[in-house]
Amino acid sequence: MPSVVREGAIGALAGVGEVALFAAKAGREALTPPFEVRETLRQIYELGARSAPLIAVSGVAIGVVLSMHTRASLERFGAEAMIPAGLALALVRETGPLTAGLLLSGRIGAGIGAELGAMRVTEQIDALEASAVDAFRYLVVTRVVACIISLPLLTTLMNFAGMIGGFLAENAATGMSFPLYFQRAFTMVEARDFIPATIKTMVFGFIIATMSSFLGYTTRSGTEGVGRASTRSVVLSSILIIISNVVLVRLIFFIFPKAAGG
Amino acid sequence: MTMAADLPRTGTEAARIDTGTAAVRLDHVSKAFGERKVLDDVSFEVPEGRAFIILGRSGTGKSVTLRHIIGLVRPDSGSVFVNGKEISSAHGVELATARKQIGFLFQNSALFDSISVGENVAFPLRRHTRLPDREIRERAQEKLRSVGLEREFDRMPADLSGGMKKRAGLARALALDPSILLIDEPSAGLDPITSGEIDDLLAGLKGTGGTTLIVVTHNIPSARHIGDELLMLHQGRIVARGTPEEFERNDNEMVRAFMHSKNAG
Repeated sequence: MPSVVREGAIGALAGVGEVALFAAKAGREALTPPFEVRETLRQIYELGARSAPLIAVSGVAIGVVLSMHTRASLERFGAEAMIPAGLALALVRETGPLTAGLLLSGRIGAGIGAELGAMRVTEQIDALEASAVDAFRYLVVTRVVACIISLPLLTTLMNFAGMIGGFLAENAATGMSFPLYFQRAFTMVEARDFIPATIKTMVFGFIIATMSSFLGYTTRSGTEGVGRASTRSVVLSSILIIISNVVLVRLIFFIFPKAAGG
Repeated sequence: MTMAADLPRTGTEAARIDTGTAAVRLDHVSKAFGERKVLDDVSFEVPEGRAFIILGRSGTGKSVTLRHIIGLVRPDSGSVFVNGKEISSAHGVELATARKQIGFLFQNSALFDSISVGENVAFPLRRHTRLPDREIRERAQEKLRSVGLEREFDRMPADLSGGMKKRAGLARALALDPSILLIDEPSAGLDPITSGEIDDLLAGLKGTGGTTLIVVTHNIPSARHIGDELLMLHQGRIVARGTPEEFERNDNEMVRAFMHSKNAG
């Protein structure tokens, strides 16, 4: 094996190891006191509540588009009545969680990467440590916990907004009423469709927060490093969400066979 | 005047220093970043209540020395003691307890840019005291007043000038009334008048008694104005130590270059 490839592989493995240790530390400290309750609540507001408009608007738009596509497909089989239920299932089981995860990896991932990166290069993280504050617990653990709590809530919001978007499209196309649309939508959606898929987004939240915190917290090379941390936070979080989604869906089908239709 | 060769070189000799009266002691500290050796067997002690100035060219390990004292950097070998307790091996609560006795003014102030100037100063009080909010605000206001920034409580750090940021950083460093104050390049990036104002504030702290000042600078007028004792680092080693008057008479090439440079005043 050429030395360049070997060194690259060793460097990549070392990087994976560093991220894994960072994530393990974040996970461990999230479960042990002292808990930074006030800062965690502030992060839930900053990262979670302030992402709500993005999620709501995107959800409505996705619902409209999904509804149009579903109509185009189901019309061929004369199954237009199934549109609300089909849309609801698609949203709740996969589209809502995955889209919310990817959108939030952009908004939250970039934000955390840039904020912690800037704090690192301007010595604010050192200033926290110098003030006898555990900077890791104060900056990283609070964000990880906030993301784990916020992602399922925002995913639920996205699902709901998507349903509203679907209703708007159906109402425009057929004049279907609001009660009828939602009655048909929920006839096929069960707890096993909603709960595992939504809980899955807690893992997405953990991935986004730890990956972007790691890149921001370990930033070097001044403002250029901050930009790189921000960009890489989005890219790596998105890739990890997509890959982990495959594993998590398989895991959900294994734990809840009925969710796979079995 | 103590020259590098006269400073304690062995563990036995270093141990003779009475840590009971030394606010800070470095004992044979060495530190390298990669291949680059930044501190090479550095030993010195700073008695309580003294204003101690660390001089030297850029990149000679001055700031790294300060970072060792507050435990932001750990030595590869050697030990660092603060008020008689070893900080270089401390963790968790022990490290936090030691840090509460130390105030640190960073070179670029390092104010938390997401909160107001007043909240920056109040931050250590909120974290480490159980005082009611009103009293915390009063104390933060008092610290800001002591550095001439009483009107800037609600302003954001980004809205302050370089000198004001420095003073706000000093107010934050003083928030918990630390027994030791570490100052990294107080005049960096400031005009001579503002720099003089910061020096006056630091010299004033000396007058209040009790506070041990350790100031890193390459500004000779500042060093003369503030310092009771000077120490010069060169290539990670101590090359000279003494009072400002002793430094004036020193014939070490590096000391002479510093003391008689164009900007030495």
